[in-house]
Amino acid sequence: MSAILIVEQVLNGLQSGVMLFLMAAGLTLIFGVMGLINLAHGSLYMVGAFAAAAVAGATGSFVLALGAALVAAALAGGIVELVVIRRLYGRDHLDQVLATFALILIFSEGTRWLFGSFPLYLDIPDWLAGPVTLPGGIQYPLYRLALIVVGLVIAAGLGLLISRTRIGIQIRAGENDREMIAALGVDISRLYTLVFALGAGLAGLAGALVGAIQSVQVGMGEPVLISAFVVIVIGGIGSIKGALVGALMVGLTDTLGGIFLPELFKLFTDPAKATATGSAFASMAIYVLMAAVLVWRPTGLFGARA
Amino acid sequence: MSEPLLATRGLTKRFGALTVSEDISIDLRAGEIHAIIGPNGAGKSTLIAQICGALPPDAGDIHILGRDATRLDTRARARLGLARTFQISALAMEHTVLQNALLGCLGARGTPWRFLSDVLRNGHLRSRAEATLERVGLLDLAAVRTAELSHGQRRLLEVAVALTLEPKIFVMDEPMAGLGAEGSRHMTEILSNLRKEAPILLVEHDMDAVFALADRISVLVYGRVVASGTVEEIRADPTVREAYLGEDA
Amino acid sequence: MIRERTVNAAILALLVAVPAWAQWADEPFTITLATRVVIFAVAAVGLNIALGLGGLVSLGHAVYFGLGGYAMGVLASHAQNYSPLMEWPLQLDGTKSMPVIWLTAILSSALAAVAIGLLALRTTGVYFIMITLAFGQMAYFFAISWPAYGGEDGLSIYVRNSFPGLNTLIPIQFYGLCLAWLGVVLFLNARLARSSFGLVLTAARQVPQRVEAVGLDPTRAKLVALVISGAITGLAGALFADLNRFVSPTMLSWQMSGEIMVFVILGGVARLFGPVAGAGIFVLLEHLLGGISEYWQLFLGIILLLIVLSGRGGVVGMLSGRGATHE
Repeated sequence: MSAILIVEQVLNGLQSGVMLFLMAAGLTLIFGVMGLINLAHGSLYMVGAFAAAAVAGATGSFVLALGAALVAAALAGGIVELVVIRRLYGRDHLDQVLATFALILIFSEGTRWLFGSFPLYLDIPDWLAGPVTLPGGIQYPLYRLALIVVGLVIAAGLGLLISRTRIGIQIRAGENDREMIAALGVDISRLYTLVFALGAGLAGLAGALVGAIQSVQVGMGEPVLISAFVVIVIGGIGSIKGALVGALMVGLTDTLGGIFLPELFKLFTDPAKATATGSAFASMAIYVLMAAVLVWRPTGLFGARA
Repeated sequence: MSEPLLATRGLTKRFGALTVSEDISIDLRAGEIHAIIGPNGAGKSTLIAQICGALPPDAGDIHILGRDATRLDTRARARLGLARTFQISALAMEHTVLQNALLGCLGARGTPWRFLSDVLRNGHLRSRAEATLERVGLLDLAAVRTAELSHGQRRLLEVAVALTLEPKIFVMDEPMAGLGAEGSRHMTEILSNLRKEAPILLVEHDMDAVFALADRISVLVYGRVVASGTVEEIRADPTVREAYLGEDA
Repeated sequence: MIRERTVNAAILALLVAVPAWAQWADEPFTITLATRVVIFAVAAVGLNIALGLGGLVSLGHAVYFGLGGYAMGVLASHAQNYSPLMEWPLQLDGTKSMPVIWLTAILSSALAAVAIGLLALRTTGVYFIMITLAFGQMAYFFAISWPAYGGEDGLSIYVRNSFPGLNTLIPIQFYGLCLAWLGVVLFLNARLARSSFGLVLTAARQVPQRVEAVGLDPTRAKLVALVISGAITGLAGALFADLNRFVSPTMLSWQMSGEIMVFVILGGVARLFGPVAGAGIFVLLEHLLGGISEYWQLFLGIILLLIVLSGRGGVVGMLSGRGATHE
C-alpha cells in the first residue's frame, strides 16, 4: 500500500467529513437551541440537491445552482418550521420523531411526484473539473479539494457567527436558558425559524455539493442523516465544535476503514473472503466508533449536559 | 448516648472554586429529629444529595448504621434502611396513589421481578401499602391518579412512600414546602409520631415546624455548620440570629 | 364515546371475522393481507412494551425484526440446501421446523437486545433514539455487505416452513398460527403491565430517581423490558419472513423501524390494542391508497402528521375518548 493512496484516502475522508459537518451542524444547532430531534433534516439535503440539479439544468450555471440549493432548502426549512415544527417544541421526543418521520414521507414522495424516480445528475463545472497536483506529486480531483476548502470555510464562518455576532449570542443564550432569552426581549419564535432555516440551508448546500459527485435521487438524504446523527452523538449534542470533530472522525473512519480493513483481513485469509469480510466490518466501523465513545463518555466528546 | 444511625465526618464538596459543603460533621441518633436549617444557597440540598448517594463528596465520609456508606450508590443506601423524600414531589403521576405506595413496598422487601401475577392482587404487599396510606390519611384516595391529588396530598404521599420502606433512617427534604398553615400542622403531627420508628434528618424552611419538631438543630451557612444545638440554644445563639433568623425578624 | 374495552373487542372480532369471511368467499389475498396485519401487530406489541411501558423510544427495532427474519432465512436455506450450519465444534444442521426457528429468532433477538441495551441505556432521551437508530443501520449495512446469506439480494425459501399437525401452505392455517401468537403476546403484554415488574418499569419511565430511592434499579428494569420487547419483535420477524418466504436487508432498514413505530403511534401508545389497530390501519391504507396512487406514502405522511399533531393518543385514543396516557 503506497503513501499516495493513504494521502488520497485521508483527503477523501476529510472531504466526506466536512460535508457531514454541514449536515450535523444544523442538526446539532436545532437540537441545542430548540430541543428538537429532526429526522427530516435529510429531506432538506435532498431538496437542496434537487433544486441545484434543476437550476443547473435550466441555466447551466453551477454557482446559481448552489445558490438555489441554499435558498430552496432554507425556504423549505422555514416553511416547515412555521407550519409543523413549531407545534412540536413542547412535545416529547416520540412525537417529534413521528412527525418528522411523516415529513420524510411527504418530502420523499412529493419529490418523486415532481421529478420522477430516475436519478438526476449534477455536473461538476469545467473550472473545477479535473485533477490537481499536490505537493509530493499526488494527483487529486480539484472538485473534492474545493469541497474540503468550502466546508472548512463554512465551519469557520459558523464558528464566527456563533461566537461573535448578535444572533450567535442569542443562539447560545437559547441553548442555555430559554426563559432567560425570552425575558431579554428576543423574539424567540423568529429566532427559532431563523436557526431552523440556517440549518436547513446548510443541509441543502451539502446536498448540492455532494450531489455533483453522486447522483441526485429520492432517499439520498437518509443515509447521510443517520451518519450525521452518529456525528453529533460522538461530538456531543448541541456542540458545533463537537460536530466538526465528530464529522471528521466519522468521515476518516468510514473512508479509511473501507480501504484498510479488507487489507487487514488479507493478512489472515484469502483475498476474496478478506475483501468481503473487511468491507462488511468497515460498514460498521463508524457505529463501533460511536459505541466506544459512548462507553467512555455517555454525552459525547463535547456534550456538557446530560 | 446511643451510637448514631447516620453520621457524616468532614464532608466536603466543591464545584470549581465554589465550596458548597465544607467539613460538615453531623449525626442522627435514634428517636430524634435533627433539623438542618439555613438560608437559600447554604448547601442543604447538596448535603442531602451526598447523604443519599446522588452526589459523591470530594472528601469526608458518610456512615449509615455504623457502616461506611461513602461509596455506596443510592440503591444500596436505600437497602441499608435510608428513606428519603424529595423537595419537589417525585411521584409517578400516571399511577394511582396505591401504586405509588406499592412501589415503595416492592423496593423494601418486595418481589419486583414478577412478570405475570397482578401486583394489586398480592394481598400481603397490598395490605402493607394500604396500612401506610391510612397512617397519612390517604387511604380514601388509594384508587385516585396521583396527578389528580392536591399539592398537600402529594406531600403526604411523598412521606407515605418513604414510610413503606420501613426504614431505619428518614431524610426529608422540605416536607412542608408549599403547604398552608393547616397542611403544615397536619404534617408536623405525622412527623412528630414518626421519630419513634426512625429518626429524621429534616431539612426545612418552615421555622414554626422546625421549632415544634426538632430535638436538635444545625445551622448551615455557606456550606458550613455555624451552630448546632437544642432548639433553645439555637434560638439564643447570637451568630445564628444575625446570620439567619435575622432575616425573619 | 366508545369505551376502550369495546374498541378492543371490536378489533378482535374483526381479526376473526374478516379472514373467516375471506376463507368462505375464497379470497386468499385478503387472508394474506390479514396475516400481514397480525404479524406487524406482533412486532408492534413488542415495541409497545419498550415504548409504552418503559418509555424507551427505540428507533432500531428493525434489528430484532430483521434478526428474526434472518433466523428463518439462514436455518431454512441450510435445510433446503442440505448443508450444515456449522461443522465445528459440533455439527449443526438447518431446519424447516417453525418451533425451532421461532426459538432461534426469540433467543437471538433477546441476545441482541441485551448487547444494544447495555450500551444504549447508558444514555437517555434523544441520545437513546439516535443510538438505537445507529445500531439498526449497523445491522443493515452488515447484512448488505456480508455475502454469505445473499447480501443485498436477500434469501429466498422455496417452501414455507412446517408446523407439526398443520399445513402451513394453506393461508388460513398459517394465519391461525400468527393469530395465536398475537393472542399470546397480547396476553403477555396485559399481564406484564399489571405485574410488579410492570409497576417498577412504568415508574422508572416517570420518576427514575424515585425508583432508585426505594432501592430498585430503573435501568435494569428498562433493560429487561427491551429484551422482552426485542424478543417479541424478533419472533414477528421470523413469521414475516415465513409469510413472504423471503428475507432481505430491507427488514433491517431504518424505514422498517420507523414503520413499526408508526403502527404503535397510529393505534395509540401504551394501549394494549393500539399496535393492532395501528398495524391494521397501516396495511389497509397501504392497500387502499396504493390502489389509488403510486405516491400513497405522501398521503400516509399527511395522515400520520395530522394524528401526531392532534395529540389525541392515536386511533384507539380517539375512539375511546381518552387523551394520550403520557403526561
